[in-house]
Amino acid sequence: MKYIDEFRDGDLARQIGARIAAEAHPDRSYSFMEFCGGHTHAISRYGVLELLPPNVRMIHGPGCPVCVLPIGRIDLAIRLALERGAIVCTYGDTMRVPASDSLSLIKAKARGGDIRMVYSAADAMAIARANPQREVVFFAIGFETTTPPTALAIRDAAREGLANFSVLCCHVLTPSAITHILESPEVRQLGTVPIDGFIGPAHVSIVIGSAPYDHFAEEYRKPVVIAGFEPLDVMQAILMLVRQVNESRAHVENEFTRAVTPEGNLKAQALVSEVFELRPSFEWRGLGEVPYSALKIRETFAAFDAERRFDLNYTPVADNKACECGAILRGVKKPTDCKIFGTVCTPENPVGSCMVSSEGACAAHYTYGRFRDIPIVATTATVIEEAAP
Amino acid sequence: MELRPNDQAVVNLGGIRKEISIALVADVQVGDYVIVHVGHAIGVIDPEEAQRTLALFAEMAQSLETATGAAT
Repeated sequence: MKYIDEFRDGDLARQIGARIAAEAHPDRSYSFMEFCGGHTHAISRYGVLELLPPNVRMIHGPGCPVCVLPIGRIDLAIRLALERGAIVCTYGDTMRVPASDSLSLIKAKARGGDIRMVYSAADAMAIARANPQREVVFFAIGFETTTPPTALAIRDAAREGLANFSVLCCHVLTPSAITHILESPEVRQLGTVPIDGFIGPAHVSIVIGSAPYDHFAEEYRKPVVIAGFEPLDVMQAILMLVRQVNESRAHVENEFTRAVTPEGNLKAQALVSEVFELRPSFEWRGLGEVPYSALKIRETFAAFDAERRFDLNYTPVADNKACECGAILRGVKKPTDCKIFGTVCTPENPVGSCMVSSEGACAAHYTYGRFRDIPIVATTATVIEEAAP
Repeated sequence: MELRPNDQAVVNLGGIRKEISIALVADVQVGDYVIVHVGHAIGVIDPEEAQRTLALFAEMAQSLETATGAAT
């Protein structure tokens, strides 16, 4: 497909890899965080790590929507279906995230909850129109990419007077999460998570533009390169980060100019601010309570706010003790540092949220990278000769 | 591919036809490449910028070959 295939060219990727190896100083190490789950997925799927020299390291960030959704939020949605008889609509990724009482939305569905997977917020509205006698709640999750479609649904529901439709809003904000990571003790004091720069998200940046990242470059002296989701985009962004580090620069650069402008999608931003306002605080899985990091529905649209409509109260719930998702989401640990990775916790039976979505660090490594961890042991001499590199 | 009423449009995703919403983007025309996220176009591809990025890759590949004497 046009604008995709050209950005997946393996020969070019190897050439960019060679350039990175040539320009990265062998006497220092480079650690870059890819904030976004889309990049985590691309890096694992296309084997980007194998094209990088050993002193260039990628740290997975918390930008996977279902990974950062805390248990207590999913519990609210499950209760709406099981105890309040509402039809709960949500994106497919959300269905299998583990919640309290060994439940998930999909298990709650098996217990009789009317929980439906939808492709878009507009599909949830269609379900509300088709079931006027039922309450229909859209369990809305995600970063700045899924927020404008939810805002559109709420505004359209208000316009057409869709009285049985409401939204359980769990939308979160990228810049506040990056600030939170940069302010964390692991980055600031302990130095256990060295971050020399960020790969900025692709689709999020289409909506918010490149300007919101200026703060990180200026205030924290961290370079940011916004990159598309294709492997060549990621490779090129890493090269641009290496160059900034080498030249002691900290700027916001944009590799994804074919879709990202400095100001972003103003039409979508206007709609989002018409419908939503900042929440003073929101709990993230792994990061804890993060101030001003999420959105809630404005008073004007209160009728469509499931939290107000059903008088919901959020109760935090601790994660499974064996699960390392929290540390993995902060960049402190890798999926393979978790005792239950790939044994108890698999994509078929996820214990933690990072194993659920294909964008999660654990699921991405399980699907595309886990066999690299196993040393190749050859049993006969002939095989050694043929297989050894 | 095709504009429909109520800010809807039909897109071609590698041969798959899908109706999506274009309410979140300004001035989309038939023939434009849009980035679709959860059933909504959230951005439009700028063909000139895409070409520029590809040219950058090609240029770098060339300069590398010159630098290494096309050893590979």
